[in-house]
Amino acid sequence: MNVFPAHHYLNDGYGIKSWLLTRDHKRIALLYLAAITFFFFIGGAFAVVMRIDLATPAGDLVSDDTYNELFTMHGIVMVFFFLIPAIPAVLGNFLVPLMIGAKDLAFPKLNLLSWYIYIVGGFFTLHAIVTGGVDTGWTMYAPLSTQFSTTRVIPAALGIFITGFSSILTALNFIVTIHRMRAPGLSWFRLPLFLWATYATSVITVLGTPVIAVTVLLVAAERVFHFGFFNPAIGGDPVLFQHLFWFYSHPAVYIMVLPAMGVISELVAAFCRKPVFGYSFVAFASLGIAVLGFLVWGHHLFVAGQSVYASLIFSMLSFMVAIPSAVKVFNWTATMYKGSISWQTPLLYAGGFIGLFTIGGLTGLFLAAIGLDVHLTDTYFVVAHFHYIMVGGTIMGYLGGLHYWWPKISGRLYPEGLAKVAAVIIFVGFNLTFFPQFIVGYLGMPRRYHAYPPEFQVLNVLSSAGASILGFGYLLPMVYLAWSLRYGKVAGSNPFGATGLEWTTTSPPPTENFAVTPIVTSGPYQYPSPGEKHVA
Amino acid sequence: MAGRVDALYFFLLAVSGFFGLLIAGLVVYFAIKYRRRHPNAVGAQVAGGMMLEIGWTVLPFLITLIIFFWGANIYFAMSRPPDETLNIYVVGKQWMWKIQHTDGTREINELHVPVGRAVRLIMTSEDVLHDFSIPAFRVKADVIPGRYTQIWFEATKPGRYHLFCAEYCGTRHSGMTGQIVVMDAADYQTWLSGGAPEGSLASAGEKLFAELACNTCHRPDSRGRGPVLAGIFGRPVQLQNGEAVPADEQYLRESILQPSAKVTAGYQPVMPAFQGIVTEEQLLALIEYVKSLSTPQQQALPARPDPTAPRPGETR
Amino acid sequence: MREHTLTPGSHPALAHHFDNLEQQAEAATLGMWVFLLTEVLFFGGAFLVYTVYRHMYHDAFVVASHELDVVLGTINTAVLIGSSLTMALAVHAAQVGSKRLIQIFLILTIVLGCVFLGIKATEYLHKFHEHHVPGPVFQFEAKYFREAQIFFSLYFVMTGLHALHMVIGIVVMLVILWQASRGAFSAEYFVPVEVIGLYWHFVDIVWIFLFPLLYLIGRHGVA
Repeated sequence: MNVFPAHHYLNDGYGIKSWLLTRDHKRIALLYLAAITFFFFIGGAFAVVMRIDLATPAGDLVSDDTYNELFTMHGIVMVFFFLIPAIPAVLGNFLVPLMIGAKDLAFPKLNLLSWYIYIVGGFFTLHAIVTGGVDTGWTMYAPLSTQFSTTRVIPAALGIFITGFSSILTALNFIVTIHRMRAPGLSWFRLPLFLWATYATSVITVLGTPVIAVTVLLVAAERVFHFGFFNPAIGGDPVLFQHLFWFYSHPAVYIMVLPAMGVISELVAAFCRKPVFGYSFVAFASLGIAVLGFLVWGHHLFVAGQSVYASLIFSMLSFMVAIPSAVKVFNWTATMYKGSISWQTPLLYAGGFIGLFTIGGLTGLFLAAIGLDVHLTDTYFVVAHFHYIMVGGTIMGYLGGLHYWWPKISGRLYPEGLAKVAAVIIFVGFNLTFFPQFIVGYLGMPRRYHAYPPEFQVLNVLSSAGASILGFGYLLPMVYLAWSLRYGKVAGSNPFGATGLEWTTTSPPPTENFAVTPIVTSGPYQYPSPGEKHVA
Repeated sequence: MAGRVDALYFFLLAVSGFFGLLIAGLVVYFAIKYRRRHPNAVGAQVAGGMMLEIGWTVLPFLITLIIFFWGANIYFAMSRPPDETLNIYVVGKQWMWKIQHTDGTREINELHVPVGRAVRLIMTSEDVLHDFSIPAFRVKADVIPGRYTQIWFEATKPGRYHLFCAEYCGTRHSGMTGQIVVMDAADYQTWLSGGAPEGSLASAGEKLFAELACNTCHRPDSRGRGPVLAGIFGRPVQLQNGEAVPADEQYLRESILQPSAKVTAGYQPVMPAFQGIVTEEQLLALIEYVKSLSTPQQQALPARPDPTAPRPGETR
Repeated sequence: MREHTLTPGSHPALAHHFDNLEQQAEAATLGMWVFLLTEVLFFGGAFLVYTVYRHMYHDAFVVASHELDVVLGTINTAVLIGSSLTMALAVHAAQVGSKRLIQIFLILTIVLGCVFLGIKATEYLHKFHEHHVPGPVFQFEAKYFREAQIFFSLYFVMTGLHALHMVIGIVVMLVILWQASRGAFSAEYFVPVEVIGLYWHFVDIVWIFLFPLLYLIGRHGVA
């Protein structure tokens, strides 16, 4: 019989001050959950309007400028305010101390500060959106962004700049915590793979984010003071902007996908009830992705005027960075061999991730081959590729993790039947939205177009239909997860019978996480053979 | 070229299909075969296999090497136009394409080319980044303010093909489209002779050369204060600082706009800068004129002897 | 060498989530090192832009660099290095638990920092009067008119960011000074002083790169 604990972090203090001034990493994770969900729906709303407009070739729902603002703001909000923080700031914040047996992160006050910084950055960006919008594309290429655009570029750039600090502080917190606060006996190679992924992500964040920070600052400086870093009229180079921008923004995509990979490792182990196959290979693959991810930014510049030899080197390295991701997919698949597999919702999301990330990753190979990239770049093929990774990958990982750890976070189970239905709707809606985009991109439809030649209409209509299904699918978890807070079954400390320190404490955990500091004596994912008593 | 690109594409489709189905198939197969049969069952401890890990690291690596070389090969071919090309100039601006044939014919948003002949487009932008994209020919390149970029193609079938701007450039980006009209040789000649009331691009350039008083310093003999321009196009120029640079379109453009950037050896840096005084199209006319002062053999040299070599003082 | 001894019962500065002061101090210093790493990348982006344009427009950069006041720049360099010395002495004072010396050396560091900023402000004012601020009022010899603007844009952005970091450092030092005056530090617990010391030394090192790169281009005897 599962009992709800009497004292836990959610009832340890009531009232708005106890939340807005909390230092508890778990409450901060929930503050982030609320904020990123809010931004997710804003970014999603923009996408819905875009897809409706794209159902007809004429681009008649909204004006040119409005459409341009919509795709720009969809990109900015989704990338900086949802995808980058989602898993680290929600799941990471909640779980890192629990998984390493600590009472909190290394710097709880910095953690709260990073949430406030996120909110301030979000406010700047919302302000830009509401007072006229931005229409430079989330990539803000110069000289359009520095000289020609008449929209609210500076507040948007500042919003991104400020939010970057939130990212950096969270990552810094994780790095120090994982280095210095592991429980006795918890050596590096006993860490759950989610922590390896979180650590690798944090390293990328710490190294890459400052570069986008200084880049958007230069854009703002050029707009305000007419400095001419990227202005050809005084000798500036617009292509230099692209190098600076992508030096961060390529590793940024690994910031977005690595944590999701970490979640998948946990889900596969838990729902197959066996260790992840090739643990150390998966751990090193995370680090490999982090390192190689910094060396490939030039693949965004194959047709941008980059030299042939530089392009060749970037192409080669881009193929290399695909290898560790492939290794992970193979290892997860091998984990299922001789597992005891229970297809509960989190594993459905993990399965969806494995399939969709594989397709996304394979289409990355198309784009890494320069001769082919010349045709495919700046078309809908690229749009489909990155949505397969970001949405088919990261969002699936996020939702899978959210469901898996929901009982730990809330003390209650989500409704399994409805959750499965939602997962399937999301999977179907996603594929219907984005698969046609591969085709229409290969056929030549450029991206960032809202008026297009009529021969592309059928594929666009399919895509828009899929988007409406996908949107509906995303609403469902919001509804039933909220419902479960009140009416869900009481979960107990380990409803899935999984391993990991987080499952040894109550659901929800007490504020200090563990009554007694745990001592770790074995590696992760040790499931006893049948007959042995199950120990965490 | 399009055929080569498509061949790689279909190969990649096959590889992706294979691996995608393999993974999906395995996942589904394991899902059924190893489904949990009673609530407390756990999975078997399976020892990791070093050989397996190496295998599935090395095999994808080899496959990606194949794809890399294949793609690189195609790309080299795309970056090296043949020696003999029909050169056409393109200037992109928000939100239209201005096309200039060397005989003086101008087009807006349409490019007429003959079938079966290699065409090289030398392109720049007047304002922001654009991208000249012809999906049917599988080519595109960004068009950059302050620089020339180029693409080349050889159309194999007459017809009309989409032209798109493929680098987001502001309000009417979706409208910056047009057509490539490929005609067979006879039709093309007819079309060409119907245009160009003002004479060829080079003759327009010659007029400009006189109007802007370039000819007061750049005399056909060596008594002028500026270097003789006859025969310089396509050949290396010795600079004051000891370096030699090829006199291609980019060099000529820079020498007109910012002459002090590269001063020819043995001459004083007294040439005025024409930045802001000549438009992109006037620049193209002047460049065509200077080209016309070289013999046909000299002109047939590729504009950049080695397009991949970094040129002094240039970023990529 | 610092000494962190465990005292029976909890030290008032020990945060609840750490086991002991040593762990807390190690976490704090590691945190500051990671933060400084982000700062290296931040300034690194600007240095990259500088490197690219200096390579492209070397002559213009030489001429423009000669317009900077190398005397004031040198004085500032000495001032900042001096402030790093006083900062190191403040940290040492903290290690030996001398509240008075911590305060004296922190105040000296802050004063030297302010001197630096004052001289910088004077230089900025000079540049403004000489019409060397890029934009509509920029004036320069025609030959290098375009590229000199890039040099000065970099000058203002890089020294401006550096100055901003100094201001932040001074504010934090004031807070730590206040904490020191209330007896918050001892030989057992002084990690905030250590950590601001790391930060201040970093700010100094950035200037040590900025000074030759901006002020001393082509000044090694050859015109």
